[in-house]
Amino acid sequence: MNFELSEEQQMLVDSISKFLQNDYDFETRRKLAVSELGYSADNWKTFAELGWLSVPFAEENGGFGGTAIDVMLMMEAFGKALITEPFIPTVILGGRLVEVLGSAEQKASLLASVIQGELQMALAYDEPGARGNPACVATQAEQGGEGYSLSGQKVMVLNGHAADKILVTARTSGGLTEAEGISVFVVDAKDAGVTVTTFPSMEGGRAANIQLNGAKGELLGVAGAALPALETVLDEAVVALGSEAVGAMEVLYKTTVDYCKTRKQFGIPIGKFQVLQHRMVEMFMAHELTQSSMYMAGLRNLEGGDVAKKAASAFKVQVGKAGRYIGQQAVQLHGGMGMTDELNVGFYFKRLTAIDALLGNPDYHLNRYASVA
Amino acid sequence: MDLSVKPEYRQFREEVRDFLNESLTDDIREAGRLGTSVFHDKERAMAWQKILHAKGWAAPHWPKQFGGTGWDVVQRSIFAEECLKADAPQLIPMGLHMCGPCIIGCGTDEQKAYYLPRILSGEDFWCQGYSEPGAGSDLAALQTTAVSDGDDYIVNGTKIWTTYAHYANKIFCLVRTNKDCKPQEGITFLLMDMDAPGVTVEPIIGLDGVREQNTVFFDNVRVPKSNRIGEENQGWTVAKFLLTFERGGQEYAPGLYHYLKQIKAIAEQEGDGFGGRLADDPHFMRRVHEAEIEISALEFTENRIKAALGSGQSPGAVASMTKIVGTELSQKLTELAIDAVGVAGLPLQLDALEPGSGAAPIGPEYALTAMPRYLNTRATSIYGGSNEIQRGIIAKMVLGL
Repeated sequence: MNFELSEEQQMLVDSISKFLQNDYDFETRRKLAVSELGYSADNWKTFAELGWLSVPFAEENGGFGGTAIDVMLMMEAFGKALITEPFIPTVILGGRLVEVLGSAEQKASLLASVIQGELQMALAYDEPGARGNPACVATQAEQGGEGYSLSGQKVMVLNGHAADKILVTARTSGGLTEAEGISVFVVDAKDAGVTVTTFPSMEGGRAANIQLNGAKGELLGVAGAALPALETVLDEAVVALGSEAVGAMEVLYKTTVDYCKTRKQFGIPIGKFQVLQHRMVEMFMAHELTQSSMYMAGLRNLEGGDVAKKAASAFKVQVGKAGRYIGQQAVQLHGGMGMTDELNVGFYFKRLTAIDALLGNPDYHLNRYASVA
Repeated sequence: MDLSVKPEYRQFREEVRDFLNESLTDDIREAGRLGTSVFHDKERAMAWQKILHAKGWAAPHWPKQFGGTGWDVVQRSIFAEECLKADAPQLIPMGLHMCGPCIIGCGTDEQKAYYLPRILSGEDFWCQGYSEPGAGSDLAALQTTAVSDGDDYIVNGTKIWTTYAHYANKIFCLVRTNKDCKPQEGITFLLMDMDAPGVTVEPIIGLDGVREQNTVFFDNVRVPKSNRIGEENQGWTVAKFLLTFERGGQEYAPGLYHYLKQIKAIAEQEGDGFGGRLADDPHFMRRVHEAEIEISALEFTENRIKAALGSGQSPGAVASMTKIVGTELSQKLTELAIDAVGVAGLPLQLDALEPGSGAAPIGPEYALTAMPRYLNTRATSIYGGSNEIQRGIIAKMVLGL
């Protein structure tokens, strides 16, 4: 067993850390997060130039040929700086789904643009009441003379406000939660049948709800059989999102420890109080365990199948539990200062809170964990 | 020991309900519904206070001679419960619940005659100047100074976490009048004008994106000595009185039940991800029921406190217990709420949360308040003496550790 990073992986992590250190300080992030786009188009270009957008794609598709482990390490580094650039929506949920499901032509037309940083993507799969379950799809796809037309409602579409191409799940057959009958379509964001309601997200950045009224969709892959591919890619996204959370947790517990070493009350640093020491030890342990869970999920993701499913869900549950604890305690131990938007603590806390709800919350993943053999 | 309710209380409840039905306008109720903090919309809360004041019900907990209602503790609870059910906004507490009782307890007759009617009518809007950047949990470390100058004090220093200071025309402050003694013994309680020369207010934006708190700076502010409550250097006694009030003066259970009911209603409307309702998801509902059981234990703790108060006993350090349990349960409920609404809680919707904005919510209306309430409620285990401080009080005062 070996948890050492390869030379290439170390270089990747180092280049990300260096970029974040030089170009992504907290004030920069604060401004980006409330900007109209919610992230920096220039940064996105840089990501492309540095090759980061190519990491998970196969070499034959113009990619770097990396794995979920490489993405995991990248996202952990991104999480430390709370980046708002849409790596998960465009590269994983968008690009990877095209790679897993798409035809040779679709891959050729879409992936090169993603890798070059010229195409923004999103996956619109979650619906009101679906709670992140990709099999719970009410959106309908009807086949007509000119191809498919889609109607339905999608919520909390990450990068839905900026995406040029939106991958939309819809039923070509089957009942609301049936595994069979789910198809994925490539929809142009500018299509007349697409209404994008964009909003700022509580933790910074933007997202969108999307209404489809007879939107034109190009089938990705085979009709009615998209669920396994969807689950594969969502599991990769869960590992990526959870890894981002692990990075955020590390910053949050360390920031809290530093604060408690310097903040004085009753004549001594509050970190001298045993009750707070134990709390910070719990935060430290929660981060360590979640980082271990991240390695578990990353490595088992490579095995695929039920092993990967179970591991991703287990990780999301652990991320939820630890993220909530570390986030809440970071605020509590910072006292009133933790309640403000003056320190970075609140933003890490809010990002962890959002991650908890995204891509299926811990309740959903606990149920899923139990249902997978 | 029995749980019977006297018939006159039923009649009283009817009377309260009728009054609320008649006098709560839709506008005012909207502020109650959209409240995500202890501090509801200022304009509408004050409009509601005006209506209550006209009826003589603005300060049920005050002695009758100063404008209270003369209700017993049970009647006060009934009133509070019915206000919750009717979506009445919560009255802003700094005047009615903090400064007022202190003036009643420690003020001179002149001070009572001048200030109390102005608190009831809303003519004065108070904010609280206790905490300082270096004096939070350790309140006695406060360093804002008041130096004697003839009939005045000259005040210099900084107060922080001053809720609604940007609306206030008055501030009640703890200031240091003596440095050469135990920290608690050199503190004085002063009433000050916010428009006095040398007072400046700077906003603090909260996690929820809302300006509720402020920092208040005093630069050579002149305050007449007649604005002092109690004796010089006796402010800590006055402050402790107020803190006890802040800690034990409120009942948590009615508000918790009310919120739990709303969460159950959300679960009736939310999907479970498998085509059913969240209300039929045994995992989620188990957490709801666990919370309900915990609330019932707190409810009866509060009932015991009320019974003790009713027979003239002092609840003492038990007040710290209700603060801990009440705030931590309310935090637990806000977690249930964000878990119930799921991703619908993620859009930031400051406009739609503003009463009277007319902005339509993004997603279901029931999801609108969940996230800001979750974020804001994190403060409840920090303010009014953090829950760590409260546990310390119980360890010391009750367990003798």
